Amino acid sequence: MERLLLVRYGEIGLKGRNRHVFEEKLADNMRAALADIEGAKVNREYGRIFVRLEDEGRTGEALERLQRVFGIVAVNPALWVPLDLEAIREAAAMLVRAEGDPPRTFRVSARRAYKRFPHTSQELNHLVGAYVLRHVPHLTVQLTDPDVTVTVEVREHAAYVYADQVDGPGGLPVGASSRALLLLSGGIDSPVAGWMAMKRGIELHAVHYHSPPFTSERSKQKVIDLCRVLARWSPAPVPLHVVHFTEVQKEIHRHVPQELGITVMRRFMLRIGERLARRLDAMALVTGESVGQVASQTLESMAAINAVTNMPILRPLVGFDKHEIIQRAQRIHTYDISILPYEDCCTIFVPERPATRPSLAAVEAAERAMAVEELVQQALENVETLHVEPAPAYVGA
Amino acid sequence: MAEIYLDNAATTPPSAPVIDAVHHALATAWGNPSSVHTKGLEAERVVTEARQRLAAALRARPDEIVFTSGGTEANALAVKGAARARAGRYRHIVTGMTEHPSVFNACEALEEEGFSVTYLPVDEAGRVSPEAVLDALRDDTGLVTLMWVNNETGALHPVADIAAAVKRARPDVWLHVDAVQALGKVPVRLDQVPVDLLTVSGHKIHGPKGIGALFVRSGVRVKPLFGAGTQEKGLRSGTENVPGIAGFGAALAETMTRMDQAAARMRALKELLWERISEAAPFALRNGPADPELTAPHILSVSFPGLKGEVLVHALAQRGVYVSTGSACSSRRRTGARVLKAMGLDDRRADGTLRLSLSAATTEEDVTEAAARIAAVAHELREFAVF
Repeated sequence: MERLLLVRYGEIGLKGRNRHVFEEKLADNMRAALADIEGAKVNREYGRIFVRLEDEGRTGEALERLQRVFGIVAVNPALWVPLDLEAIREAAAMLVRAEGDPPRTFRVSARRAYKRFPHTSQELNHLVGAYVLRHVPHLTVQLTDPDVTVTVEVREHAAYVYADQVDGPGGLPVGASSRALLLLSGGIDSPVAGWMAMKRGIELHAVHYHSPPFTSERSKQKVIDLCRVLARWSPAPVPLHVVHFTEVQKEIHRHVPQELGITVMRRFMLRIGERLARRLDAMALVTGESVGQVASQTLESMAAINAVTNMPILRPLVGFDKHEIIQRAQRIHTYDISILPYEDCCTIFVPERPATRPSLAAVEAAERAMAVEELVQQALENVETLHVEPAPAYVGA
Repeated sequence: MAEIYLDNAATTPPSAPVIDAVHHALATAWGNPSSVHTKGLEAERVVTEARQRLAAALRARPDEIVFTSGGTEANALAVKGAARARAGRYRHIVTGMTEHPSVFNACEALEEEGFSVTYLPVDEAGRVSPEAVLDALRDDTGLVTLMWVNNETGALHPVADIAAAVKRARPDVWLHVDAVQALGKVPVRLDQVPVDLLTVSGHKIHGPKGIGALFVRSGVRVKPLFGAGTQEKGLRSGTENVPGIAGFGAALAETMTRMDQAAARMRALKELLWERISEAAPFALRNGPADPELTAPHILSVSFPGLKGEVLVHALAQRGVYVSTGSACSSRRRTGARVLKAMGLDDRRADGTLRLSLSAATTEEDVTEAAARIAAVAHELREFAVF
């Protein structure tokens, strides 16, 4: 009998070579997540992924880490037993007895993948179930919605028995998709957008536009802290590119009518972002935009802003209500950092009455008074890149 | 680029003797002062000596000194402790609109406990008059609490006059003074001024952070904030912060001997600083009392209407000059704004206010160079001013 963690993963329909690539990446990411648990081993065997721990006392820690590995659907702490009925029955009884909250009802769900095993799945349900009833007090069988379900998987080489399940975050392993660049402000939305991109396997870089002295060192630190949280979901540090944006802000203030200031600012952010993305071999930009929250997020504004690039812009939050975004931010522990009161692009440059339906023609006219290409070049020459490591466990969770 | 630190009202750099004293307490005299054996005695001596120094500096008695974790705790102990000790007969407190958050918040907390508080307005100089205090006294007033030096503008309250007036009219009213910015800058003599409770802090006079004290005149009893221990006569339980106390003692030794000269120098340099800024940036405005005798020697409050204080602070930090603003737009506490607006400053002026504060170590070079950089930054940022 051996204790291990059985990892369930995968997208429906993943097959052939794709599946192989997916599994390898997932296993690698799991190894990275478990790297500081000495003696943790991740193996792909028989079409499954297993985690074995030398020190079973660290199971809780391992489970906690695996809950942040995209691609994992669920983890079952399981017992690996030889193909022997008695061993299977003992394992099942052990698991039921070990349940924290003593269960009153249970059922057995057996799956016989190895057809040469002498008992059918139905027979196993009865044989194992009866044994458990005899050896664990105060228990009855209940087929619908029991307190605990003991699953028995009979394979060719062994049987797995498990009763508990810890849900994973789903998604695809980070790195299974290509690279994208997240426009990260210090607000509530963009970190959540970044997380959702990572969930679909995207390898994320982040860009932040910093305008000292109009924005503070603290606001930059806040963005670094947000990356540290995102990095906890990633097998590698998250690169954060901080662009010195002060000159652009000043020029916008000098040349652009105040109500178009935000629109032009975001157009510059996309221009610079796109160039930076190409430098980094990123295929897309990611933003925290959703429709209709603030003036710059009407469709007209989005169109006027998006017009500067034809690189794909992923907007994972476009369908969410604000409270849904907040809930997500709280769950991934970026919310408390985002609401710290350090402005990311100081209110000095926020117009009192921003245009909600800016005309593209008016925006382009305003920009003609500016040396757009030079400003973009200058900004690209003033980028500081930080490789942000994940925050330690006590920050958030 | 030479760095110029002009934020001494926020904190001061610990001096070398202070660092040595702290080190000594950590490396050598590390016993618990309550221990009966020699190691304990060694540590107790450090505490006793610092207590005596502070008592001497204030012209008080050593047994009237209670060490705390800083000015904030001492203020809380004084205000809440006094109010609660007298709660049977006295339910009213008088204070000013421009008090430090630790006093202001303590008063607000007491209001929630059922006390009533009168927050006296201040004049454009930021001062409360003795008449205003007397007018506010009621039959059930048990405590008057005011600061000696306003930390935003440097305005000096007429503490001696207020104390004399209050005690003459109502000898039963207790008077608490927050002297955190006053210690080491202006004479604080408790044998001449009839104050009952007085707060001081270590890190404003080149001592360590995390240490302060409350003077409690004998005969005055306050309720402790917490604990049922024995240290500090039961008023502040817990093993003493010997390193902090040692540092505080060393800071006092240095500061008090040369206080008068240091104060005179700071005052002169402060005036020079204002002169230079004003010459180079005529749109700058000075806040606080016009008469230099009515301000502390080390604090200068200057406004650049239309500019944002916090942006000025960052821009100056980029150029190696460290100052502060009472109205940080991105700060959680907007208390500076409260103080400035209580003085009648309009929003535009209040939002563009810088606090420049000197120390005994500030030189003439520092001041002239800082003035030049401040004026330069102000001019540059005018382009982005709000009008």
